[in-house]
Formats: sequence, C-alpha cells, structure tokens
Amino acid sequence: MIVAERKSFEQIVDMLSPFERVLVVGCGTCVAVCMAGGEKEVELLAAELRMHAQKQGKTLLVDEVTVTRQCDKEYLEPLAKYIDQYDAVLSMACGAGVQFLAERYDDKLILPGLDTRFIGVAQAPGQWEQRCVACAECILDQTGGICPMTRCAKNLLNGPCGGTNHGKCEVDAGKDCAWTLIYRKLEKLGRLDLMRKIQPPKDYSVATKPARYVHPAFHESQQTSAAE
Amino acid sequence: MPSFAQALQNKSFVVTAEVGPPKGTDVSRLLHHIELLKDKVDALNVTDNQSSVMRISSLAVCRLILDHGGEPILQLTCRDRNRLALQSELLSAWVLGVKNVLCLTGDYVSVGDHPQAKPVFDLDSVQLLRTVELLNSNKDLAGHDMQGATGFVAGAVVTPEADPIEPQLIKFEKKVAAGAKFFQTQAVYDLEKFKRFMDYARRFPVKVLAGIVLLVSAGMARYMNNNVPGIFVPERLVEQLAKAEKGKAIEVGIEIAGQMIRQLRQDGICDGVHIMAIGKEERVPDILAAAQ
Repeated sequence: MIVAERKSFEQIVDMLSPFERVLVVGCGTCVAVCMAGGEKEVELLAAELRMHAQKQGKTLLVDEVTVTRQCDKEYLEPLAKYIDQYDAVLSMACGAGVQFLAERYDDKLILPGLDTRFIGVAQAPGQWEQRCVACAECILDQTGGICPMTRCAKNLLNGPCGGTNHGKCEVDAGKDCAWTLIYRKLEKLGRLDLMRKIQPPKDYSVATKPARYVHPAFHESQQTSAAE
Repeated sequence: MPSFAQALQNKSFVVTAEVGPPKGTDVSRLLHHIELLKDKVDALNVTDNQSSVMRISSLAVCRLILDHGGEPILQLTCRDRNRLALQSELLSAWVLGVKNVLCLTGDYVSVGDHPQAKPVFDLDSVQLLRTVELLNSNKDLAGHDMQGATGFVAGAVVTPEADPIEPQLIKFEKKVAAGAKFFQTQAVYDLEKFKRFMDYARRFPVKVLAGIVLLVSAGMARYMNNNVPGIFVPERLVEQLAKAEKGKAIEVGIEIAGQMIRQLRQDGICDGVHIMAIGKEERVPDILAAAQ
C-alpha cells in the first residue's frame, strides 16, 4: 500500500492561514491503514484546527468528510453538492488522491495534508517499510524475492558495494544491506547461481513518467470511445 | 618510464599512490604532490569527488598529471553520472591521454558535503566495467558503432576483509568477468588474513595491489576500526601508535606501512601496493624509503 505521513500541524496551519472556510477530505484506503489521513485522523486534525483558530481569535470553519478512495472518480462525485461552500480543500490522501481531487474540481484550491512516503508494508504496529519503487520491470525472480532497486540505497544490481558492514547499510547502520539479505536467501535456496549472473543495466525507458497503463481487456473499448 | 599497463605486465611489484583533487581552483599543493610522486610510483590514482565531497573532476587532474609527466589512473564512480555522462567522460579521458580507469560504485551522497543531491547510480561498478570493455571494442553501451575506440586498462576495487566476505567475492568474480585487469584493495593491515584472500584471488587472471592507508595516530586507527567497513587495524598496531611520543605517531605509521610493503614484496604475496596517504601525500616518499 501507499504509506504517507501527515504534515506538521504548523505547516498545515500555515497553508490554511488565508482561508476562513475549509473542507478536510480524508481517504479511507491506504492512508487510513497507515494512520495518516483516514476518518480518525481527519476528525482529530479538524478539531485541532478549530481549537487553534479559536485560541488565535480567528474565524475558521472546518468541515470534514472521508471518502472511500480519492483515486477513483466515483468516490469524488458526491463532494460536488457542497464543495463550493469552501475557500479551500485540504486533501488527506496520497499525492495521487490530492491531484485527482484537484482535477475533478478544477476551480478549487486543493492543498496536501500529507507527505507521501512510499509503497510499503506494515512491519510492526505503527511501523511501515518501503518495499517497492514501481520500477515497471520486476526482477524479484532473480533476487530471492528481495528488491535491490528498493532496499539498496544505490539500487545496485550486481552485488553489495564496499560500504556494506556486518550485514548493514553504509547509508544507515540501522538498515539491512539488501545484498547481504539476497545472498543469504539465495544461499538458503541453493540458488547462488542467480547472484553470479551479471545483470545488465536497468531499462529506465519503461518507467518514463508520467506512466499510463491500460488493461488489455479495455484496449478495445478505449479505442472505440476515442473514435466516437 | 614504462606505462602502467607495461608495469602491470612486467614488473614483479607495482606501486601506485593516490592524489585527491582540491575543492576550489588553487591547485598549487596538488601540483606539488604530483611533482613529488610522479617519478616514484608507476601511476597516480585521482579520486572522483571522494567521499561525495565536491571537488575538481578526476579527469581534469588526470590531465594535469599528464602535463607534468606522470601517469594517471582515472577513478570513475557511478554516483554522479548516468550512462551517457559516464561514457562521454571515458571518451573524453581517452582523447586527453588517460589510459587507465578504476571503476567504482561510489560512496552515497549522504556522507558528503551536498547530502541533498540526487544520487544517480544508473549503472553499478560491474556494468561500468562492461561499458569500458565495450568502448574498447568500438561499441557504446547501446550497441552503436563509434568512430574510434578507447583502449583502457580497467581496474576495480575489492575489500579483502569484508564481513561477510562471500557476497564480496561473488562481486569480485563478476568484476573479473566484466573486464577488470587489476584490483586495488581496501586498506589491509592483517597480513595473514590478506594472504588467505590472495590464495583465492590468485586463481584469477588479474593483478592485485594491496591497499596501504597511512596511519597517523592511534585515534585514526580506532576511528577506522569503528567506522570504516572492511578495515581492521590489529590492536598490536594501535598500541604501537599509542605509545609514540607526542607528534611522532605518524613516523610509527610510516614505519608500519613501510614494513607491510616490504613484506608483501619480499614474500611475493601480491602484485604491488596502492598507497593512500590521505592528506599526507608529501610523506609517500618516506613510506617508500621505509619499504626498502
């Protein structure tokens, strides 16, 4: 899932300072799971913003709503009924959600309440770790299911650098060296032959931004609708 | 003086040293080091934004070495350039007269003086070695023909005392397969451990120059033991340095380095040494004298 972190209260207050009527829109999927922008977080932030405005003697209306997902058009539609009442909208979604909301309501100022961090996993309660950089060409079959594109700071494809130390990374001794992990896993599997193979340079052309993907089943219908 | 390529082939013991380009345009001290060392070693390595600290480029200093009658080894890391820039740098180096290149991954940007920089790492050191091999055969990395090939002697690095060692050795073998003709190692201080590494490395058709980093104090030795991956200064040497009179530890360090070189040469343990006297380049002649 997408892991995000809420911006600091000070940053959010600063962004919202020119406005008197604000709608905070939560997102009920990834960022709800990582406790950054779900219903609960939206409720808490809205209350905090109201209290802060009151203490400052400022007029600020803060309303809140949380939709299932901000990256799907159907869930953004219901906002159309009341979004015009607000000077600004604070989206508590990942960067994709913020932008999709801004595209749908193109005469509204949509502000980001979160910093989007990575695609990752829940390693422990309240702790998430990055596992995928969406490189568009998965090589996990070669590396024992451990991604060097993500877990090696230098995204090396042919083994560890000289900075690896007792299985830890030179960049952060608190993190594992991806290539030590890969070595141990492949050794356990009896597949060190995979590590001995020279991997060619990565093809970055397949990951050119902005990416688009159309499911094969939809190719035809998209072509038809384009022709119409 | 024979070229570095000839020295690698013909000399029983090759000596290289390292110079670091300065940050800024004042090259007076660098030129002094070049003058001092160029006739005493077979080649001078020039570091590439060493420790991710922004400096004059390796290529420019390699050319200065050539202008002063020395033989340079261009160090090239994958940190700051994508595959276009790396190949362009290699072609440029060749037309400027540089004949040797040491291919490295490069330190991460966070250890240096521009930690906010975007790290590149488009290629890794193995792929960079392959790229040199391609350019030597008049092809670029995308398979296109070129007008005029390079003829580099390519080298690489290895950490003989890395822990764990096995993944490091797999990479060493990949570097050999990718075209490395010589290796300059991370600093070694423990001869017995290094001998074991050489027993393994001797199976490959490459020349190995042992890394000699000048110890200037007991504090430095302890710092490296605690902070530099793959460097282990034995306690016996740390004590020797600690016992030195105030201001004299560097003389002990020079004696340690000289003795190490002497033994590596006399016992034929490896094919030469690569001396890194980080910041104390003017003492390299003393190390060489101590090694006699």
